[in-house]
Amino acid sequence: MAPALCAICETARALVKRPKNGQKLCKGCFITIFEEEIHHTITATKLFSPGDRIAIGASGGKDSTVLASVLKTLNERHNYGLDLVLLSIDEGIKGYRDDSLETVKRNAVQYDMELKIVGYDELYGWTMDQVVETIGKKGNCTYCGVFRRQALDRGAKMLGIKHVVTGHNADDVAETILMNLLRGDLPRLARSTSIVTGDESSDVRRSKPLKYAYEKEIVLYAFHKKLDYFSTECIYSPEAFRGSARTLIKSLERIRPSAILDIVRSGEDMAKLVPEEVTGISHCKSQKVSLSSADGGEEGAGGCGSNGRSSGGEMAEMEKKLQEDEEASGREVDVALIVPSTANGQRHDRIGGKNGVKKETGRKLTRQTLGTCKKCGYMSSQDICKACMLLEGLNKNRPKMEIEIDVEEEEGSTLRRRMEGLALAAG
Amino acid sequence: MASTEDISIIVEFTGGLEMLFSDERKHKLSVPAKDSKGEAITVGWLVEYLCEEVMKDTRKEMFVLDGHVRPGILVLINDADWELEGEATYTLQPNDNILFVSTLHGG
Ligand SMILES: [Zn+2]
Ligand SMILES: [Zn+2]
Repeated sequence: MAPALCAICETARALVKRPKNGQKLCKGCFITIFEEEIHHTITATKLFSPGDRIAIGASGGKDSTVLASVLKTLNERHNYGLDLVLLSIDEGIKGYRDDSLETVKRNAVQYDMELKIVGYDELYGWTMDQVVETIGKKGNCTYCGVFRRQALDRGAKMLGIKHVVTGHNADDVAETILMNLLRGDLPRLARSTSIVTGDESSDVRRSKPLKYAYEKEIVLYAFHKKLDYFSTECIYSPEAFRGSARTLIKSLERIRPSAILDIVRSGEDMAKLVPEEVTGISHCKSQKVSLSSADGGEEGAGGCGSNGRSSGGEMAEMEKKLQEDEEASGREVDVALIVPSTANGQRHDRIGGKNGVKKETGRKLTRQTLGTCKKCGYMSSQDICKACMLLEGLNKNRPKMEIEIDVEEEEGSTLRRRMEGLALAAG
Repeated sequence: MASTEDISIIVEFTGGLEMLFSDERKHKLSVPAKDSKGEAITVGWLVEYLCEEVMKDTRKEMFVLDGHVRPGILVLINDADWELEGEATYTLQPNDNILFVSTLHGG
């Protein structure tokens, strides 16, 4: 087979076939077009303003590493005038973050960026190891999940940074859209499509500049640029709804590579059809206004437990959306706590099963009202935010309090079983 | 005689896949130039060979699913996406570098 030539420069050998359009490109042209498309996303959505100090949620994983590399390149090439800072979260699990934090430290040198590592101990007064010591291994994932969801925002706030960017990619967004579609949750589907959550009035905004970038191209970019990133062992947990959605997306991509961006675009179009009073998104501004990124728990935690990709957002409506915890904390535990010992995703269901108290709650399409937590001042729809409730329990050394994490677990399990059925049938 | 000839290739695993292959990123392999039917070996043959002969980990499905490289794992033949090279039908040449890189692992 004669080697194909690059469709752009027509001289160099093509090394990449782009999933979005089948275009065959050489290394140099691929790197350039990948960067310039992200530049286009950034300028088209007016993501940044000159002088902004931006925290890059950095886990040392492929997505946040590529994000840091591309933002540095674009910041210099197009004079964004941004002050870029790497922000990493250390959960305080002995050994777990060692390798990824070493990677982030190298990245900080490679990209000449300031690095801030913020620990759960600083943010919450507890490391995860101490939490485990206190409450045992059972259920600690709930704590880790709730804490992690706030960590990047709290960390940024602590550093006086008002904008956090994360490495969520098109595959993550498509996965989230698909999950919400399968759950019939249009409001959350709509919210998950916006590139920015929070607005000028929020303490911390969140955005995902890689929203339209294929995971495949992110990995190829890292490969061709010889970027230094870290991979953790991932559990392809077939029990997890998200895992099934991910497998489905990857299988679709093989048959029809454009499917991933097609899903993202469909999600955006569907979002426009969802009434504003339901989603809390103002269409004219195309970003959230009243609701902040509380649906973070649903937002492509994608890769495994990387803090750069972990679901995020303020605590808004957290308390009412307990279902999210089931989903997100289940994932987090797969990664954070099972990985070192066993390679098995069973934990997810076990936890769901044991936390037991199940209450039927109807789907609420009502708009949430936001207030602030009386303890920490963080955004919350209840008097005391969930993290503070958990902390209060911890501080009293009274673990498993009356918090019902799995309110909608039943529904989730049903869907999950259906998904497994689908996966099997498809196989 | 021809059937006993071996060719040398380099197989690499990254992005987390190396964990399935004894935590070794780079494997220098000597493989027969022809398969049992006397046909020149392909990447498809290699994938099967890796699964059976090289991979010690029992979780084969994390590398191969339904007889194909698991969706989400990229295959690069001498740095080129294997989709540009005929995928599994590509005939291996001496000193080829075959890279398997996972997009499925987190950081
Ligand atoms: Zn070119
Ligand atoms: Zn609070």
